[in-house]
Amino acid sequence: MRHQVKGRKLKRTATHRDALLRNLAMSLILHKRIKTTVAKAKELRTFVEPLITKARKGDLNSKRLVMSVLRNKDAGKVLFGEVIEKIGERKGGYTRVIKLGNRLGDAAEVAVVELVDFNAVINEAASSKKEEKAQKKEEKKAKKAAEQKALPPESK
Amino acid sequence: MPNPKRKMSKTRRDKRRTHYKATAPTLSKCSNCGELKLAHHVCPSCGYFAGRSMFIPKN
Repeated sequence: MRHQVKGRKLKRTATHRDALLRNLAMSLILHKRIKTTVAKAKELRTFVEPLITKARKGDLNSKRLVMSVLRNKDAGKVLFGEVIEKIGERKGGYTRVIKLGNRLGDAAEVAVVELVDFNAVINEAASSKKEEKAQKKEEKKAKKAAEQKALPPESK
Repeated sequence: MPNPKRKMSKTRRDKRRTHYKATAPTLSKCSNCGELKLAHHVCPSCGYFAGRSMFIPKN
């Protein structure tokens, strides 16, 4: 019988697993979107979602309970400020896991975990990154063209 | 300890293995770029999933 058997062990000891999930939760709260393996991503859901629900209550006791798990003041500030505000009235389901395919090297299935209510923030960051990349590309092109102009006979 | 009496012939071994087959992945067309992609996965060629960009593909 596999009654009452829940979750994944992730090939770690209990303390190691605890530390891993804490770190993942902290990263998710700070960055809003993180990339890990699918197994860790799915395990993370069952770890942060109750944490966020608890944090939404907002009284001193729940704050202390959350911080006893999170153990990072910066992440705590972000969670109780920005994250709670953005989540608003959503009743659970604060996170989303999107599969990315298999990683080169160990062929592990990789996924992105994100906070559902931070779409706009993440997309903005992504688009600004895109622009930055395009700009860099153009600069490189211009540089190359200038170099070629400087010494046309030697290049060919 | 009990053991097999006879060596398994190549034919018997290979006959057993005729049922070991690889299955083709179920692919669908990406709604953004039309390339083939795995179901429930981000499109590897354009980085889109469910109408939004998840990552920017290289080159």
